[in-house]
Amino acid sequence: MTTLTLSRALNEGLRKALEANAKALIMGEDVGKLGGVFRVTDGLQKDFGEARVIDTPLAESGIIGTAIGLALRGYRPICEIQFDGFIFPAFDQIVSQLAKMRYRSRGAVKLPIVVRVPFGGGIGAVEHHSESPEALFAHTPGLRVISCGDPADAYTMIQQAASSDDPVLFFEPKRRYWDKAEVDTEGGLAAALPMDSARVLVEGSDLTLLCYGPMVRTCAEAAVAAASDGRSLEVIDLRSLAPLDVETIFASVRKTGRCVVVHEAVVTGGLGAEIAAQVTQECFYSLEAPVLRVGAYTTPYPPSRLEEHYLPDLDRILDAVDRSFGY
Amino acid sequence: MADPAGEDLAREDPAVLREYYRQMALIRAFELRAAEMYTRAKIGGYCHLNLGEEATVAGLTAALHAEDFLFATYREHGYALARGADPGRVMAELFGREAGLSRGRGGSMHLFDSQIRLMGGYGIVGGQVPLATGAAFALAYRGGPAPDAPAVMCLLGDATTNIGAFHESLNLAALWRLPVVYVIVNNQLGMGTPVEAAAAEPELWKRGCAYRMPGQRVDGNDVLAVRDAARAALDCARMERQPTLLETVSYRLRGHSVVDPARYRTAEETERLRREDPLPAFRHRLITAGVLDEETAAEIDSEADMAVAAAVDFADASPPPEGAALFDHVYATPAASMYRGLPGDPVAAPGPAAGPGPGSVGGPA
Ligand SMILES: Cc1ncc(C[n+]2csc(CCOP(=O)(O)OP(=O)(O)O)c2C)c(N)n1
Ligand SMILES: [Mg+2]
Repeated sequence: MTTLTLSRALNEGLRKALEANAKALIMGEDVGKLGGVFRVTDGLQKDFGEARVIDTPLAESGIIGTAIGLALRGYRPICEIQFDGFIFPAFDQIVSQLAKMRYRSRGAVKLPIVVRVPFGGGIGAVEHHSESPEALFAHTPGLRVISCGDPADAYTMIQQAASSDDPVLFFEPKRRYWDKAEVDTEGGLAAALPMDSARVLVEGSDLTLLCYGPMVRTCAEAAVAAASDGRSLEVIDLRSLAPLDVETIFASVRKTGRCVVVHEAVVTGGLGAEIAAQVTQECFYSLEAPVLRVGAYTTPYPPSRLEEHYLPDLDRILDAVDRSFGY
Repeated sequence: MADPAGEDLAREDPAVLREYYRQMALIRAFELRAAEMYTRAKIGGYCHLNLGEEATVAGLTAALHAEDFLFATYREHGYALARGADPGRVMAELFGREAGLSRGRGGSMHLFDSQIRLMGGYGIVGGQVPLATGAAFALAYRGGPAPDAPAVMCLLGDATTNIGAFHESLNLAALWRLPVVYVIVNNQLGMGTPVEAAAAEPELWKRGCAYRMPGQRVDGNDVLAVRDAARAALDCARMERQPTLLETVSYRLRGHSVVDPARYRTAEETERLRREDPLPAFRHRLITAGVLDEETAAEIDSEADMAVAAAVDFADASPPPEGAALFDHVYATPAASMYRGLPGDPVAAPGPAAGPGPGSVGGPA
């Protein structure tokens, strides 16, 4: 066990991925010499060389498109998009090609590509640098969309993503890059929870709190706060947003009878909407209250002075919990 | 290069030259102060400075007519100042306050002021290039060529020439003969990446050749060379509907943004930068040519400092936007069903105990 920040855990995981497969390579803007804006790829070019860790020009569409071409010829690119909001120049390549090529070739090709995306707000950055676009990708069939909430998951999930034969959009909670925790860097991946499984983080009996990425820590804090009010919350880190591990969700909601979904992303059309629909359909007779959602308001990402009003926080989560118990 | 004997200066109106120096000194003082304010957490988000680009800024804006439109990048504080925006309102925008150019909603990267025809800074690299092209299309659509016809100037960084939107735009502008001048402000770095490591044609202005677009590279540290080249290009746009790709070469004196320590830069480079700093160079040039004396120069410098100090006070005195303002300006036409709960109000649907709330108006409950 070693204590690592989330960003360092990703770095160690990427190192393992590069060691594990000679076809794996990293590409992105300033990922090599500079080691990435958030230092996630720090030192990797030095250790693996410029052929494995590639500094690209500023060209997101080109980065992802080139990665697809590399993958078609057997390579396993791990691409970095520097910030959430910069993924949109590459949106076409991701949605039109990356997501669809396997299906349209009737399984003749595989696209083992990871697209790493630092996402979410809370660091006083502004629009283009704080966004949560994951639902757009979860809405796109053919993509796996995952997100880690802590250093241990960061370390294993990035390796699992790199060894997946499907395209994986890997959303990294940028405001948690500096969070520290114990990480087991000795054990292999065999015993690790698969990347498409949800994890019950805190067991509870009264209400199911669903979350992922940056909101995992906040929801764990909410469970502690609610416990002092005598409420037992079950916190589930979804980890995989597409596909969703619905069985874990349903089992929990059938037990607790209440469900609140929390994400930083705008509520309208977010992951919470999909989850609420599925839970309502499958757990209808177990529900004591409608599935509630906590997320950002439906406005563009605001300037930093308004950020605290915009983002969901502990209070807004606890308020939703109160409301759920109000039914 | 700048003419050390001052012959080219002799042809200029001394008052105009002093005005260029005044602008450059103001930008320098403003940017140094902005960096300080950023480290003191008065400024949120990211903050990119024009330090080292003062001569380029003054030269380009000197070539613009008041009716011309300027599309900028996120590195645009200096352009707003040189186009005549009040330093206090610019600083207030950086501070995110109500007195800012966009009432604190745009911030450092998104300065916008239609009065001075500053059509925005843009935080997405290359985002402004097609937009500027469209604004030029609007001008061409409406009026014919004339010596005083308005034109568009579109700024972009060296690294921005590698993104697709740039190439799509150049093709459109050349094909449709639009009155636009694209200016590559080549400060030799895109974040930590030097031009040669990112561009297959590192003489960036030549990228216009693929679109049969004329272009030129000029010394971005020479305000007069920049101004004259930009003027000629704008004239071409006004009178011949011929777009141009102009490249100015200068050097970014500090990191990419205030938070970047620029460790990728060698000590020799840093030393060279100090020697080639365009501001003291221009000051020295004007003094040698007898356009300025030490005393007047010092006066201009201290006026710049005072203006910036006043700008900081002005910004500090202005309130931040209220939380409820979060919901303003999402749509031009108010939507009856749009959720406008106060921040802090729950977004989740209310339970019966909580009474009617956001959920009842069909918002994102
Ligand atoms: C689409 C997009 N990709 C990446 C970025 C991150 N980014 C911001 S500025 C920059 C470098 C741009 O360099 P250049 O065009 O030379 O302009 P300069 O900053 O030097 O003025 C990068 C990579 C971004 N803002 N938008
Ligand atoms: Mg540059």
